[in-house]
Amino acid sequence: MFDAPGPRFRRRVFWVSVVSGLVLLGLVALGLRQFAAGGQLEPDRWRPYLTWPVWRYLLEGLWSTVVAACATGVLAMAGGLLLALRPNRFTRAYAEVMRTVPVLLLVYVMLFVLPSFGVNLPLFWKLVVPLALSHAASYAVIFRAGVSAVDPGQREAGLSLGMPDGVVTRLVVLPQAVRHMTPLLVTQAVSLLKDTSLGYVVSYTELLFNGRVLANYNGLLIQTFIVVAFVYLVVNLALSRLAHRLEAARARTAR
Amino acid sequence: MSLILEGFLNTVALTLLSFAGAVLAGLLVAVMRIVPVPLLRAAGAVYVEVWRNVPLLAWLVLFVFGLPEVGVKMPLFWTAFTAIALYEAAFVAEALRSGVNSVASGQGEAARALGLSPRQSLRHVILPQALKSVVQPLANIAIALTMATALAGVVGVVDMTRAAQRINLELAQPLLVFTGVGLCYLVMAAGIGFGARVLERRLA
Repeated sequence: MFDAPGPRFRRRVFWVSVVSGLVLLGLVALGLRQFAAGGQLEPDRWRPYLTWPVWRYLLEGLWSTVVAACATGVLAMAGGLLLALRPNRFTRAYAEVMRTVPVLLLVYVMLFVLPSFGVNLPLFWKLVVPLALSHAASYAVIFRAGVSAVDPGQREAGLSLGMPDGVVTRLVVLPQAVRHMTPLLVTQAVSLLKDTSLGYVVSYTELLFNGRVLANYNGLLIQTFIVVAFVYLVVNLALSRLAHRLEAARARTAR
Repeated sequence: MSLILEGFLNTVALTLLSFAGAVLAGLLVAVMRIVPVPLLRAAGAVYVEVWRNVPLLAWLVLFVFGLPEVGVKMPLFWTAFTAIALYEAAFVAEALRSGVNSVASGQGEAARALGLSPRQSLRHVILPQALKSVVQPLANIAIALTMATALAGVVGVVDMTRAAQRINLELAQPLLVFTGVGLCYLVMAAGIGFGARVLERRLA
């Protein structure tokens, strides 16, 4: 956007870097001082997180998180596909409602309302069903946007080559639609994985809930939740990186 | 009934305040990610990645239960506000950044060819065009934020969702209570969508 920097501009960049570096350092120092004053930096308070039993407990939680996320993903994508393939008044209203009502409200309905009507699912489904209901709407929007982003000329070209309608959809439209959708699908996967943290409310033993149990047990509240946040961060970053890697590899073979 | 009203007001207040906070913080982060200073760019990128890859509920728990232990004591409502605003700021920053990037690079080059300084070209050429393409993404973030405020109920703020759950325990009128609260969220989202459309038409 800008010209190649000249000497004056480079000097200015240098000074801005120095000042902002000092400000950032100051913020970090302030935070550390605050932590140290509360005694939160004591090695004793961090040592449990170097031991295997604690990590095994957290990793068990992570595994449950992943299982719940996968189950939700499969159900939500199937639902989203159904919604996207049949665009009528009902499915549109459904998507609209689900994109504005908090998942937590649906979880509460599962927890406090349905049991009084005799529907009492296991904990796992009390978490997965509301998540899937809500994310299906997001997937429907993504799928619809992906398909409509493919140039209509592509379908016409396929049809004029004498391909049947289904073959055109499968071999011409969908592969290109998937390419348009990939970034959104990754964002959606990350958001889905984050939403499984509602297991905290449902008492499903996923990562955040296990963090709570652990913090109640050893009293190391800050340390536990910082470690839990770090695990979420690593997993989600890995998920995005993997998706980008796959996308790059596929883009190479497509050419 | 007063509980529902309290919850509704808390949800509205939390939504408006944290959206304002998120836009301010997000603007700062977006500027950090755009300026040609490597250190600031890196800091902005780290901010965005860290905040949006960790669930909001984890941030809320960490802030509400953790901050008092390091000597930062705030009323519950404001702690929740801080966590939500900082979390959504990451999304706002990304929306603003992609808005600026969506302006065709020819526009910047044309401004440069006309002899405008970087600041002038930002002010008169890039930002006005970026602003328009940013309205819709920001409205989507605002709607997501409305839903996200429900999580504040989990850590103790009496918001609309939390109020619904409590009233349901007393009234045992689940359908009425939960449908009513759901409708409130719908109306808020519709209001945001309407406002965004009006704003977009103004800017066009």
